[in-house]
Amino acid sequence: MLSISPPPLPSDDKRWKIVNGTMRRHGFARSALIETLHTVQSSFGYLDTDAIQFVAHSLHVPLSQAYGVVTFYHHFSLKPPGRHTLMICTGTACYIKGTEKLLAEAESRLGISQGQTTPDGNISLMTARCVGACGRAPVALTDGELLGQSDAEHMMAELERWAVE
Amino acid sequence: MNLEELQQIASGVHNENLLFDFEVNVCQGTGCLSQHSDDIKAALEAALAASGKKALIRRTGCMGLCAAGPLVLIEPDAQLLQHVTVKHADAVINSLGATPVAELQCDLRQHFDDQDHVVLENSGRIDPEKIDEYIARDGYQGLVMALTDMRPADVIKQITESGLRGRGGGGYPTGLKWGMVAKAQSETKYVICNGDEGDPGAFMDRSGLESDPQRVIEGMAIAAYAVGASKGYIYVRAEYPLAVSRLTVSLREARRRGLLGNNICGTPFNFDIEIRLGAGAFVCGEETALIASIEGLRGTPRVRPPYPAASGLWGKPTLINNVETFANVPTILRKGGAWFAAIGTAKSKGTKVFALTGKIRNTGLVEVPMGMPLRQIVEGIGGGVPEGRTFKAVQTGGPSGGCIPAELLDIEVSYESLIQAGSMMGSGGMIVMDDTSCMVNVAKFFMEFCMTESCGKCIPCRAGTVQMHTLLTRICDGSGTMDDLDLLVDLCSTVKEASLCGLGQTAPNPVLSTLRYFKQEYMDHIVNKRCTAGVCNINHAAEVIA
Repeated sequence: MLSISPPPLPSDDKRWKIVNGTMRRHGFARSALIETLHTVQSSFGYLDTDAIQFVAHSLHVPLSQAYGVVTFYHHFSLKPPGRHTLMICTGTACYIKGTEKLLAEAESRLGISQGQTTPDGNISLMTARCVGACGRAPVALTDGELLGQSDAEHMMAELERWAVE
Repeated sequence: MNLEELQQIASGVHNENLLFDFEVNVCQGTGCLSQHSDDIKAALEAALAASGKKALIRRTGCMGLCAAGPLVLIEPDAQLLQHVTVKHADAVINSLGATPVAELQCDLRQHFDDQDHVVLENSGRIDPEKIDEYIARDGYQGLVMALTDMRPADVIKQITESGLRGRGGGGYPTGLKWGMVAKAQSETKYVICNGDEGDPGAFMDRSGLESDPQRVIEGMAIAAYAVGASKGYIYVRAEYPLAVSRLTVSLREARRRGLLGNNICGTPFNFDIEIRLGAGAFVCGEETALIASIEGLRGTPRVRPPYPAASGLWGKPTLINNVETFANVPTILRKGGAWFAAIGTAKSKGTKVFALTGKIRNTGLVEVPMGMPLRQIVEGIGGGVPEGRTFKAVQTGGPSGGCIPAELLDIEVSYESLIQAGSMMGSGGMIVMDDTSCMVNVAKFFMEFCMTESCGKCIPCRAGTVQMHTLLTRICDGSGTMDDLDLLVDLCSTVKEASLCGLGQTAPNPVLSTLRYFKQEYMDHIVNKRCTAGVCNINHAAEVIA
């Protein structure tokens, strides 16, 4: 019987071993595609072509299908994130409490629109579809730390701090 | 494991608690944690060590009243403290057994007294990562009773008798669904817990998984026994890292106690659960899309039938229920279906958890018996809209639901009455709006959501939502015409009738319900070129496009 050996790791970066570990835990099953992409994204911060190819080949999934999955789900990113990430929630509760103003303020302060990264690669501005902290709307996350309610000032202060770093 | 062993574990926990004079529960749900309640817990521990008092400082899940966070609950007097900070640590510890700290007192009797906690009975009372604390509050009795004393058919009978209906929004009778999966002939069956809480403005499932994860695990295990499955999946949004980590710990704990794994309670029943992370796609809340996602594919729905009960995950019979549905199951088994059926209305039984947010005083999580008037939830429990503003509408059901105006506030909360009012129960988001919200803009907001979240598989939804969004944008910026409005209404019915899955079929609901109750606002935008709420940026110079 023809057996196909798994492709070699793309580089000797230790993080590929973590990625491989996820696939091994799932017995290299095709259904492990999304779980593996999660591991790549959390290890590398984003998914580049090499990574998608490596995962697709390892799991015997057509590259088109892997690319389709990556682009279908909002969580996966094809571009490297900035050193810092400002995420603004645009869920309903936040919308009712004026998240649009918060977003506009951040956009004008950073000079980029949502989904973009500043040219110096310092800050990415993202939006989320509800982080489930509606009790504290409007909500923003600075590098994963949740700021709630009237913390617009705090958010801007954090941006200032990142800018001078 | 049998009932006696459960009792032993429970009394072990009770005896341990007896060593303490006080219990200080510190809320560590996402809301309070974002205000550093973990630091508060550490400060309380340091202050306690210095004081020499005997108190148990416990990390708990959500206490519900997120607006007043960070919250601390002191037992045995059930004293609730609000807006606690690290600075208050010494004062709080000193107040144990003495006069309570006046400035921290949270006195919202009505908020709590009108509620009825079934699903939330342990939330904010136990450490979510300690299985023994769950067992000490009668946890896992339902599963052990089912495995040792009941046949699978008896379990389904209890669930059917309880009248429990799907809490994800559809309201399909749970007992009927379980019966269908149980009858399906197959060696392999699956149980899936739908924790892909995509409705923006809803956080009941997140809170449930963070505060009382064992309850969901027990509910799933009971379901697996009833339908004959041995493998389960919990599908959770990747946006909920705390829920994922607490679930991971809880699954490990349940295996350690022999409540998951092989030969559970010494019976031939085997069951284990794996977590699957969502990746940010609203449509994955639809059951066939969720199944595709677990299979590692793009989350697009497919035509039903066959329903997952006949052919689901990897073509096998699959039971899919929402987090809150599973969370109701352990209590139903413990107290009996008849007990549950006594709560609520004729067709909507039990309680429902709502995430009460928006322009309201007491934002947070509430659980009320079905049939409670909407007014009592908004004005009583919720405390009404903040001073100086007037209530305009309450939105239920997320992007699939609608807006209920002030004149309908006296309707009762049940699956039927909400649909009659042009909205739906949905998963439980309840967003209150005041006179600063423009209803046309709200409709546009939801349409934008549906437009971006449409998976693109069927044309009515993919193209229809884009067209409806364009029309709503035109109306909002003052360039809309009466013809646009007619076209919008026309498109609503096309998209509603012809879409493949729930996302498209319900996408027009926010437009239809705002048109039904707030048509004047649409007319103001189109005819008078005016947004009374002052939200829309009306471009007066815009040419009226005929």
